[in-house]
Amino acid sequence: MSDAALVEVRNLTVDYVGDNSVARAVNGISFDIKPGEAFGLAGESGCGKSTVAFALARLTRMPGLVTGGEVRFNGENVLAFSKERLRRYRWGEVSFVLQSAMNALNPVIPVSEQIEDGIIAHRPHLGREAVRARAAEMFELVGISPRRLDDYSHQFSGGMRQRICIAMALALEPKLIIMDEPTTALDVVVQRDIIEQICDLKARFGFSVLFITHDLGLMIEFCDRIGVMYAGELVEVAPASSILTAPQHPYTRALGRSFPPLTGPRVRLEGIEGTPPSLSALPEGCRFSPRCGEAIPICTTLAPLLQPTPVTGGQAACHLLK
Amino acid sequence: MNEQVVTAQAPEPSALMAELGIRARPSLISRWPAPLQTFASNRKGLFGLAILLIFVVLAALAPLITPYDPYRRSGKPHIQPGVEHFLGTSRQGKDVFSQLLEGGRTSLTVGFVAGISATLIGLAVGISAGYFGGKTDEILTFFVNVSLVLPALPLIIVFASFIEEASPTIIGLVLAFTGWGWSARTIRTQTLALKNREFVLAAELMGESKWRIILMELLPNMSSFVVGGFVLATIYGILAEAGLEFIGLGSPNSVTWGTMLYWAMRAQALQTGAWYEIWPPAIAIMITGAALVLINFAVDEITSPQLRAARRAGPMRRFLRRRGRSVDVV
Repeated sequence: MSDAALVEVRNLTVDYVGDNSVARAVNGISFDIKPGEAFGLAGESGCGKSTVAFALARLTRMPGLVTGGEVRFNGENVLAFSKERLRRYRWGEVSFVLQSAMNALNPVIPVSEQIEDGIIAHRPHLGREAVRARAAEMFELVGISPRRLDDYSHQFSGGMRQRICIAMALALEPKLIIMDEPTTALDVVVQRDIIEQICDLKARFGFSVLFITHDLGLMIEFCDRIGVMYAGELVEVAPASSILTAPQHPYTRALGRSFPPLTGPRVRLEGIEGTPPSLSALPEGCRFSPRCGEAIPICTTLAPLLQPTPVTGGQAACHLLK
Repeated sequence: MNEQVVTAQAPEPSALMAELGIRARPSLISRWPAPLQTFASNRKGLFGLAILLIFVVLAALAPLITPYDPYRRSGKPHIQPGVEHFLGTSRQGKDVFSQLLEGGRTSLTVGFVAGISATLIGLAVGISAGYFGGKTDEILTFFVNVSLVLPALPLIIVFASFIEEASPTIIGLVLAFTGWGWSARTIRTQTLALKNREFVLAAELMGESKWRIILMELLPNMSSFVVGGFVLATIYGILAEAGLEFIGLGSPNSVTWGTMLYWAMRAQALQTGAWYEIWPPAIAIMITGAALVLINFAVDEITSPQLRAARRAGPMRRFLRRRGRSVDVV
């Protein structure tokens, strides 16, 4: 890689510790996010996307435990950060936009205070006026009139609340914004609006984005590269443009087939046969093999490793590619 | 991709389980229903239950195993513990060990009956007030408030002055009728919070009857409150009964842990060095309370996965420390 990665995730493994068993929700995944890049994580519900996002911000809570691997931010080991370093890292360098903005905003405090709190905590030298001005600037940035700064969260619509959350996430000019299904609760028109706004802001400020959503179409449009996860493992990493046009892994192919194309003739959507495996009863070999239409004998005995795929310039983990 | 960074490999799941001290469930237990399994693998809960069972069994079998009649003199006053009298004798020459078993019978019965009735009354009142709302709520809440301000102690004094001596049964009844206020309060609040959740609305839309919604939708969501309330009410029952008898409001002729303490105090047992008259009932009350609290902890852990995981906090911290990682297990 020519330019150094902003975030390097190596062999990240996260377990959920139960009373009598452990469930490996994320199994040794590795990827990079370069400065200014939008990296997407796609996959079915429960495949570990959000667990990865939480581990990146070191928000993993009991019973979750990061049991192995590394997360490096600008070369620093995030998992070994001290309390104070972690405090500066969160929000100052990495911020988070969560799925439901309604729950992220406190209903009894004006939104202005909630934006200002974050700024004051990280920039204590700023004066009252400057903090206020910054909050107003952020509102303006996401297209909400600063006159509404002192309103309460219930006075805003869902889309506006999500935009306020994005404004909060941007307020300290972080280098990475993790967006965990930021638009899932919104209708398509507002969704479009917000994604375009994030694209604009990204072009202006040059931050990186880790984008998580179920909406593959949206992701392909917004992201530069996409990692496809299945049952806690990364099965393919590829440029967004080639995810639909040149999918290398059978799972990516199947995922692409289950989304309706916007143009072209009507085709019958196929979906993927079967259900994702339970983390406590994983199949031998490749985790996708029981549902894979193209499985060969080796698939059920040996787990494939992520290999570079020259066609797309990415990587994929499948025996068929050799 | 870029140069391979040497990274800490995660241990295999089996090695991880060993390091965190997690054992797979024995196959015998794994066929039980899930909440029972959790209870059976909970050391605190099992310990508490074991202690309580020992007490209950000893109390139940008291007439068969008491070496002497607990109501009659069986020897000289204040005989030291020994072969003949396992825990010595009281000032009146009654065998302390026999009295302890016989007293446990009454004290535990009164405690549990008071606890169960207070919980049931509290549950019925709280859930109806919360769920039905309106006038029902107003009237029931009024009674809850009345019971909250009605102190058990003066009420028993009043009763005791009407009836010559307040028997343990009367004390238990009074405790039950004055002790349900708090559980009614918490359960009403919890019902109010649950009432507007989607699953209750969905049940209403599906046409489930009100009673079914209360019993099948609301009640299971409050199990930790109900059990917690029951445990606390029982402890309160046992302690209050002992306390009332200790200050001389009970019937001095009955044998309970409370009256034992009452007589021990009357005989100035501690001042005369007869520790064996005062400590056994005191310790019995303490241990019963502790056992109930341990069971309460276990039930809390069953209903909250986060608390359950907290049991692994120590091993998790050590796991992180060994790998030079920041320790922020919360």
